[in-house]
Amino acid sequence: MKSAVIVFPASNCDRDAKVALEEMTGKTPAMVWHQDSSLPDVDLVVLPGGFSYGDYLRCGAMASQSNVMREVKRHADKGGKVLGICNGFQVLTESHLLPGALMRNAALKFVCKPVGLEVSETQSAFTRKYENGQRVTFPVAHGEGSYFADEETLDRLEGENRVAFRYAKGENPNGSARDIAGILSEKRNVLGLMPHPERVVDKVLGGTDGRALFQSLIENLT
Amino acid sequence: MKARVFITLKNGVLDPQGKAIGHALNGLGFGSVGEVRQGKVIDLELSGTDQDKAKEELKAMCEKLLANTVIEKYEIEIK
Repeated sequence: MKSAVIVFPASNCDRDAKVALEEMTGKTPAMVWHQDSSLPDVDLVVLPGGFSYGDYLRCGAMASQSNVMREVKRHADKGGKVLGICNGFQVLTESHLLPGALMRNAALKFVCKPVGLEVSETQSAFTRKYENGQRVTFPVAHGEGSYFADEETLDRLEGENRVAFRYAKGENPNGSARDIAGILSEKRNVLGLMPHPERVVDKVLGGTDGRALFQSLIENLT
Repeated sequence: MKARVFITLKNGVLDPQGKAIGHALNGLGFGSVGEVRQGKVIDLELSGTDQDKAKEELKAMCEKLLANTVIEKYEIEIK
């Protein structure tokens, strides 16, 4: 599986993503700068966490207008896989690759802690190695992760089984609608989630629950 | 030409910041304060003199970048 990690000014989980991809795939991902107007030939594009462009205007808004995002959209339109983590999820909603928006946490506080999640959809290239309903723990670290969409969109996401991850009962850290932590695109080739699977691929770093996400992709793309 | 764009959250979208501001105002003794909603103002300077054209352009700017129409609405004022 060949992969690329997009680097925006003020991305700060780009190297976490790189290390996780190296560990899981055995190959070094291409690091692609936001001003680049071409993407290398890859199977997976990762939009990492961080505070791209200083969160100016809205989280992910400026990044969604960058050169490289045009290429990422093209990659997604062709069915290529895109994984947006944290700020990457915000960039995906601002780019309209995923529906809805991520708003200020309900309690107005930055939340940085491990959170229990439920894998609510395993029929996807990102989650097939998990069990349906499996409980996993990923860290979250965000101030604006409250998922919002209108009722009709939420119903459609649920009806089409596009909610990949939910916060476990009583663990919703940010007030997200219907406890949504991560969603799939209509064609199921784009996943955005606020929690950080790339930070839990090594026991030394606190957990291995994120490994199955990368294993799912490797199985699908190799 | 100068323009001002007001961006506010749509009705029904929760605004925790507005709520916190309301609580703080109540705490300061401003008991008359009910619901508070926070938004933003963007001032722009535009070249040209055709106001209708500017309005069209500003609308496109709002739709494309200035507002996230999933959660926000906007109003345009040309001065």
